[in-house]
Amino acid sequence: MKISVPNKRDFFAGLLFIFFGLLAVLVARNYPTGSTIRMGPGYFPTLLGGLLALLGLIIAGRLLWASGEKVGPLALRPLVFVLGATLAFALMVRSLGLVLATLALVVISSLGGWEFRLREVTILAFVLTGVAVALFVYSLGLPLSVWPQ
Amino acid sequence: MTDLLNHLILGFSVALTPMNLLYCFIGVSLGTLIGVLPGIGPIGTIAMLLPATFYLPPVSALIMLAGIYYGAQYGGSTTAILVNLPGESSSVVTCLDGYAMARQGRAGPALAIAALGSLFAGCVGTLLIALFGPPLGELALKFAAPEYTSLMVLGLVCAAVLAHGSLLKAIAMVILGLLMGLVGMDVYSGMARFTFGIWALNDGIGFVVVAMGLFGFAEIISSLETKERRELFTSEVHGLWPTWADLRASWGSIVRGTAVGSVLGLVPGSGPIICSFASYTVEKRLAKEPSRFGKGAIEGVAGPESANNAAAQTTFIPMLTLGIPGTATMALMLGALMIHGISPGPQVMTQHPELFWGLIASMWIGNLILVLLNLPLIGIWVRLLTVPYRFLYPAILLFSCVGIYSLANSTLDVVLAALFGLLGYLFIKLGCEPAPLLLGFILGPLMEQNLRRALLISRGDPTIFLTRPMSLAFLLAAAFMLFVMIAPAIRRRREEVFQE
Repeated sequence: MKISVPNKRDFFAGLLFIFFGLLAVLVARNYPTGSTIRMGPGYFPTLLGGLLALLGLIIAGRLLWASGEKVGPLALRPLVFVLGATLAFALMVRSLGLVLATLALVVISSLGGWEFRLREVTILAFVLTGVAVALFVYSLGLPLSVWPQ
Repeated sequence: MTDLLNHLILGFSVALTPMNLLYCFIGVSLGTLIGVLPGIGPIGTIAMLLPATFYLPPVSALIMLAGIYYGAQYGGSTTAILVNLPGESSSVVTCLDGYAMARQGRAGPALAIAALGSLFAGCVGTLLIALFGPPLGELALKFAAPEYTSLMVLGLVCAAVLAHGSLLKAIAMVILGLLMGLVGMDVYSGMARFTFGIWALNDGIGFVVVAMGLFGFAEIISSLETKERRELFTSEVHGLWPTWADLRASWGSIVRGTAVGSVLGLVPGSGPIICSFASYTVEKRLAKEPSRFGKGAIEGVAGPESANNAAAQTTFIPMLTLGIPGTATMALMLGALMIHGISPGPQVMTQHPELFWGLIASMWIGNLILVLLNLPLIGIWVRLLTVPYRFLYPAILLFSCVGIYSLANSTLDVVLAALFGLLGYLFIKLGCEPAPLLLGFILGPLMEQNLRRALLISRGDPTIFLTRPMSLAFLLAAAFMLFVMIAPAIRRRREEVFQE
């Protein structure tokens, strides 16, 4: 049996499940478990967390005798910019208003694509901002502020 | 029978009012639009419109939201056939033969068969809701906590069994989902669990947040991995009508697809995607020359497209009769009911007959409108497809963010959705299907409540789940499904099926 540090999908998936399972069990130790008749708030999470960690162990452990698929390369650029754009929107929308938040979201998320043409992105940002304000604020009447407060 | 007729008359009298017709039309048009556009699905759209429906009467709101859902199934096939991209995740299979037909210059018949098959399936699916809804609802009135618990176990097992790839990973995803569903205040003790001191998490994580992150955001990131490459067969959509030979070849597939979709749609956690896969497999197995599949066999379009639309209708049955959402979209529909102060469950049908039957009647009308929207007006939707993805995804991201934010005016929700996006992308990379997680997440709190209630009734005796006949039946069915999956011979066949 050869044991190499596995760069395999199942290995990392297993680790992820073990992490979440143990986290659940550890956090749930702060909650009373109760008994089977009167289950406390800690009973069900402890049960599930333990089960999850066990499954994670089996999933990762299977790689010792079976082969698995490799993890493909992570696309860091879209990952960073798409999520970054979301976070920027989240932090801006309440205090700075829908217009600025939308402009930021469109520009930042466009950086995550394959090509970034300044003119196109500028036009897109302004068009989408107009659509967003007209649609969400004026047509649907969502309680969003348009400009910085 | 006269009962059914009276109910249907009531339903049509509700659905045919100008206002409800208008909302039905808006719903199915929006549904087609988001179905055609890859990357934005019914979950995001319904979530976005949910706050806006607050001002509508409940029937109109439900009619519109339902229209978005089944309308998306129609629209999705257009993109699959013309661009080889699933416009809606449920039309992945249609890409195989639909796109091959388009390359042979037969995009027209492929689109027509997809739409006609969907119409047939939609009508049958709706009829099934009308026929089986009331008796199932009556049966469900006898359900108590043990039955509900066992039924949910069955649903979760189904979700795991029907997911792609490794069964163990799917089960782990269900459990992870159940755990995530427990975040927030415990209803029995009032204790805040897994909130890590964040006060806003006391109400739990919204499933829109989880669904948009895991599916929406992760999908965008994953689509941007590869440079876009689209071959669009717009000019070749002429001669929409299928030949007699096409119709003869596909009617059997349409009927079989409808049957497969209707049955699987009832199973919690399955949804339209699995139904179209199942139908494709059935067609391929029954075909005289299986080698034609993937090279433009019309049966490979007719079967799956009928199946996903039939399922889109029958997934409403468990939601409307039992109050148990089988898919994320149905959970949103339940949310819409609750916004209007209607508590979901078997009593909806008797207390609000105009709602139940109005919705059903609107589905027939909606399916008819959809065929008109999708066949004569196909040119409009096709033009949408020429918009490059680099313009689309910022728009999709924007709409999703506004949708998430406006549900509760919560900044935290948007931040959490970004985190779930990261997690969802990791899941894609690690080969873990997110659908079972989402079902676990939706059913988690419901299941814990019913489990605790059941054990309270039985004074801690777990055999209560085995001594009540209905509960036992559900558990046996769940055990049977797991057994079938673990049996090696069948496991090999399952892998074969998913490779196709």
